[in-house]
Amino acid sequence: MKRIYMDHAATTPVRPEVLEAMLPYFSSEFGNPSSVYSWGRAARKALDSARDQVAALLGASAGEIIFTSGGSEGANLAIKGVAWADQNRGKHIITSAIEHHAVLDTVLWLEKQGFEVTILPVDEYGLVSPAQVEQALRPDTILVSIMHANNEVGTIQPISEIGAIVRKHGAKFHTDAVQTAGVLDLNVDALNVDLLSISAHKFYGPKGVGALYVRKGVRLNPLIHGGGQEKRRRAGTENVAGIVGLAKAFALAQSERAEENARLTKLRDRLIDGLSRIPHTRINGHLEQRLPNNVNVCFEFIEGESMLLNLDLRGIAASSGSACTSGSLDPSHVLLAMGLPHEIAHGSLRLTLGRENTEEDVDFVLQELPGIVERLRAMSPLYKG
Amino acid sequence: MYSDKVMDHFTNPRNVGEIPDADGVGEVGNARCGDIMKMWIKVENNVITDIKFKTFGCGAAIATSSMITELAIGKTVEEAEQITNQQVADALEGLPPLKMHCSNLAAEALGAAIADYRKKTATTA
Ligand SMILES: Cc1ncc(COP(=O)(O)O)c(C=O)c1O
Ligand code: FES
Repeated sequence: MKRIYMDHAATTPVRPEVLEAMLPYFSSEFGNPSSVYSWGRAARKALDSARDQVAALLGASAGEIIFTSGGSEGANLAIKGVAWADQNRGKHIITSAIEHHAVLDTVLWLEKQGFEVTILPVDEYGLVSPAQVEQALRPDTILVSIMHANNEVGTIQPISEIGAIVRKHGAKFHTDAVQTAGVLDLNVDALNVDLLSISAHKFYGPKGVGALYVRKGVRLNPLIHGGGQEKRRRAGTENVAGIVGLAKAFALAQSERAEENARLTKLRDRLIDGLSRIPHTRINGHLEQRLPNNVNVCFEFIEGESMLLNLDLRGIAASSGSACTSGSLDPSHVLLAMGLPHEIAHGSLRLTLGRENTEEDVDFVLQELPGIVERLRAMSPLYKG
Repeated sequence: MYSDKVMDHFTNPRNVGEIPDADGVGEVGNARCGDIMKMWIKVENNVITDIKFKTFGCGAAIATSSMITELAIGKTVEEAEQITNQQVADALEGLPPLKMHCSNLAAEALGAAIADYRKKTATTA
């Protein structure tokens, strides 16, 4: 059976060029970058060059990059690191209701530790309003964290505008750019951010490696104490092969993004257009300020997991914001924050396109889905025909 | 994640539909996840002779509804009432721990249909 992977927001395969760049650092060049002899020096050189490359892609300098184990660690380090370092200045943190749990749960944990938290609502398209950020800012606000683009509905936030407001008020600004790295321009000065986190496995790099940009002068307490790596901000022998892979994948993605975005946007719109023809269907998220690869729809009267199982039986991999697919039993906090009723949020389907997907893949999904939806509706007590 | 038996009942659910002249109808919602199940029964001489369901829910919810209709048909009302969610899960060769609550829905929907049947017969008797 032909298998079609349409869950690129969850993770992506490692590109062959990336794997090839990584391989020597598992074997012949296995040295510890902190060692003085030739093996160590070779690893150090690879690490330095990866750092230079990532810094250049972000419009930053090498000293502003910390390599991490991924997006979750990046968010934790940015948020806890700044909160702990700046708590004598204030204890107020602002974030939004649609953040990834790596941000949301970190902020809520800090709230239990005595920080004060404001969680901003979003509009029906999943947009955070810069005016609301401005209203929420207080003299004791130390940190604002708003994601660049949402992983479920693909809505892209006005980060640059929000960043300018936050800066005016003297707080630090972090953006979770895990879904936009390799897709949008991530120049940190243009975005007006102080901290920005990315994760390699979302842009055809390896899992378990990421980077956090920390603007020069921003104080940060480490999460991991130990050796002096990453300027004492993240102890532990560096994941050299992973970091080399991250840099390579990031560079490839950024150099190809204009062309690839145009291709994906066409496929995305074809998919959205086709799915819109199914009755009682809504498209979630913003139609223009949207990631080029994201499609998120709700089919009323049916539940997401049963849809995913049916798609899987036909070789199609997708995801849902349904309660039943997460451990929590609550439907997607993102869709609920956008004002969708519980039972409709239950029937959401996310298809996220990627490099391997073709127009035939899109057409295959469009051929299979209406029948699945119809069959599930026929057995739904909510559907009256 | 699901057993072959669950996938079998999920892909070919038995007894889907409605019974227009049912003797008992029960509808229950799962407070934990918001899923909904509706069940119709036909009773003759205290025996369940026909049973149909409709489910808005996950794969496990659909499979357990289908399975409980198979277990209940041909049983007396009292026997059917005794079917537990564990029995349904066992008949399906197990459910993932996170999905055990889904099987409650099926037993509750059947219970509600039987309660409705009793109420109707009590008032007409
Ligand atoms: C928006 C966003 N932030 C953070 C993460 C976490 O990244 P990681 O899986 O690398 O820890 C993800 C991915 O799951 C994500 O989509
Ligand atoms: S998760 Fe709701 S019934 Fe299974």
